[in-house]
Amino acid sequence: MNSENITPTESPKIGREKWQLRLYVAGQTPKAITAYANLKVICEEYLGGDYQIEVIDLLVNPTLAKNDQILALPTLVRKLPEPIKKIIGDLSNTERVLVGLDIRPIV
Amino acid sequence: MSVSLLPFNLDFQGNPPILDFKNLITIATRVNMTKASIENKTLEVLLKSPTGIKGLDEITGGGLPQGRTSLICGGTGCGKTLLAMEFLLHGAMQFDEPGVFMSFEEKSGELAKNFASLGYDLNELVRQKKLTIDYAHLDPIEIEETGEYDLDGLIIRLGYAIESIGAKRVALDTIEALFSGLSNEAILRSELRRLFNFLKEKGVTAIVTGEQGEKTFTRFGLEEYVADCVIFLNHTVTQQIATRRLRIVKYRGSAHGTNEYPFLIDRQGFAVLPISSIGLDHTASSERISTGIERLDAMLGGKGYYRGSSILVSGTAGTGKSCLAAHFVDAACRRGEHCLYFAFEEAQQQIIRNMNSIGLDLSHWIEQGLLQFVNSRSTLYGLEMHLVAMHREVENFKPDIVVIDPISSLLTAAPGNEVKSMISRMIDYLKMKQITALCTNLTATNSSIEHTEIGISSMMDTWLLLQTIESSGERNRRLYLLKSRGMAHSNQVREFILSDTGAQLLDVYIGAGGVLTGSSRMTQEALDKALSLEFKEDIERKQREIERKKIAIEAQITILHTQFEAEKEDLDRLIAKQILKDQVLFNDELNMSLSRQADKWSACQSGNEGKTQ
Repeated sequence: MNSENITPTESPKIGREKWQLRLYVAGQTPKAITAYANLKVICEEYLGGDYQIEVIDLLVNPTLAKNDQILALPTLVRKLPEPIKKIIGDLSNTERVLVGLDIRPIV
Repeated sequence: MSVSLLPFNLDFQGNPPILDFKNLITIATRVNMTKASIENKTLEVLLKSPTGIKGLDEITGGGLPQGRTSLICGGTGCGKTLLAMEFLLHGAMQFDEPGVFMSFEEKSGELAKNFASLGYDLNELVRQKKLTIDYAHLDPIEIEETGEYDLDGLIIRLGYAIESIGAKRVALDTIEALFSGLSNEAILRSELRRLFNFLKEKGVTAIVTGEQGEKTFTRFGLEEYVADCVIFLNHTVTQQIATRRLRIVKYRGSAHGTNEYPFLIDRQGFAVLPISSIGLDHTASSERISTGIERLDAMLGGKGYYRGSSILVSGTAGTGKSCLAAHFVDAACRRGEHCLYFAFEEAQQQIIRNMNSIGLDLSHWIEQGLLQFVNSRSTLYGLEMHLVAMHREVENFKPDIVVIDPISSLLTAAPGNEVKSMISRMIDYLKMKQITALCTNLTATNSSIEHTEIGISSMMDTWLLLQTIESSGERNRRLYLLKSRGMAHSNQVREFILSDTGAQLLDVYIGAGGVLTGSSRMTQEALDKALSLEFKEDIERKQREIERKKIAIEAQITILHTQFEAEKEDLDRLIAKQILKDQVLFNDELNMSLSRQADKWSACQSGNEGKTQ
């Protein structure tokens, strides 16, 4: 899987976004695709475009798994804002993703 | 039904085919370290990956199953991580099999530090690409789970680590950490199964460690997935002395030792003692070695102990057991052999000083490197530790002779039957190595003299008993040779004397006065000497008398002989006179008749001619 394929919103303004997210996957598995789709929906809805998603395919870059202590896949890592948070699974439970990302939905 | 349809090729009587189980087991357990020997075999045998851990390879028959996953389980601090790491380290350093250590608990820096204390440089091995340490950490606080996931991340990491150094060995320590990090047990279990399959596909020999559960071998039932080999480590404390034990619970496709084997973790790492697996198949040497005491050699068929035999010297306090041992050591060092002296009660300097007093200088053997003392209190550590420590010393020093002085002091470290099993293991081990072992044993004064508290006399080949007997206000030492297998030996008691010039054996006095030793022996001997002197003088006197008699008789014989000669001479003279007389008479008669012209002249003449002729 090529990261550009599913990260069309990735912009060159790295570091300026408030939310820096990293999604670790291993190939284009159904779980990976589901996770990415779910993440997009949540980000669009709750982060209002102020975010950046970097998809890392461990089949392409297996060494990267070590840095973020990735064991389970897919894993979403919130690099920014700190502290680092991890959410594993296909992100199908929106509520838990929001808790994991520490996003308080606007009531 | 025709025969061909019967399952398992039943024969006509319906009996199942006879399987040669014995043969199958032998084939399965045969260890093949070299690939060359495998090629000759038609049967595919279970290959084994040697752990390089002393003892463990012996009880597993060559190591862990190659290309499979083994589980090591046990309580906290029982040595799981160490065993797993040593498996990798030995693989990397001895067998050219790089390894991947995936730690879920300790960071690689901590691991490197911990193993540096055992003398392993993990960082150097990592640099040489012989080892990869991967620290996998799961912190449940920073992790949220939503929906489906798998452990591909772990598998990819592991796969990458294996590929990058061409690893043949993998250790996962301890994978159970995943259970505390991830909550979905159903996913975890199926993923673990996948992980183990992945390891199998990769063909690596893997070790998985697991914490002991309350009723199960591991808290999370890892043994369900790892079915090939399960090793259980145990750490118990009895009488304030801790003992570690190892047991192979299961080893599919291989025979293995089933006992609980004591093991040890010390400066040199992990060591298992499979000693009870040592069989009684050691070779028996017929070479004889001197005891260091001439008369004792004489008692032992004139040549001394057998090489590689075990000798027990028992006796009460102060009977000279250590002196006998020291003499033996001294004699061995003189031959240029190496001796290892385990002393549990005395310090090295003390032994040297004491032996100096009987004329034995052991210190220069130490200087020459022929003699080494190992002094430790028996209560210092547990029995197994003693055994391992002794093993280590024997392995390092490679002695020809080992002295254990005294074995009875080990009783304080453990109950009697354990000491017995330990000593028997030690003796078996020494015998296997053809090392002659001399053990001293202190007998309590109130017990039977032939009683060894540990009951090990039956294991010993030669048994010397030293005893002190109190009589006439003094204590004297006696030495008995209770048994000595395989040689004609003296059944006589000897007096054992320690002097400035060493130990000596003397004959005891056996005679009319009974069996005597010490000064009473000397008194009796002096008495005997006086008595025999008297006898001797008597005999000499009688001999002289006889001689005199002989001379007298001979003189008489001469006189008689002379008389006889004189008488005989007389007789001869008379006879000659008579003949002459007769002749004269005849001539006279002849002349007379001639003158008378007698007619019977001629007849007379012829008759006289016949007479005179």
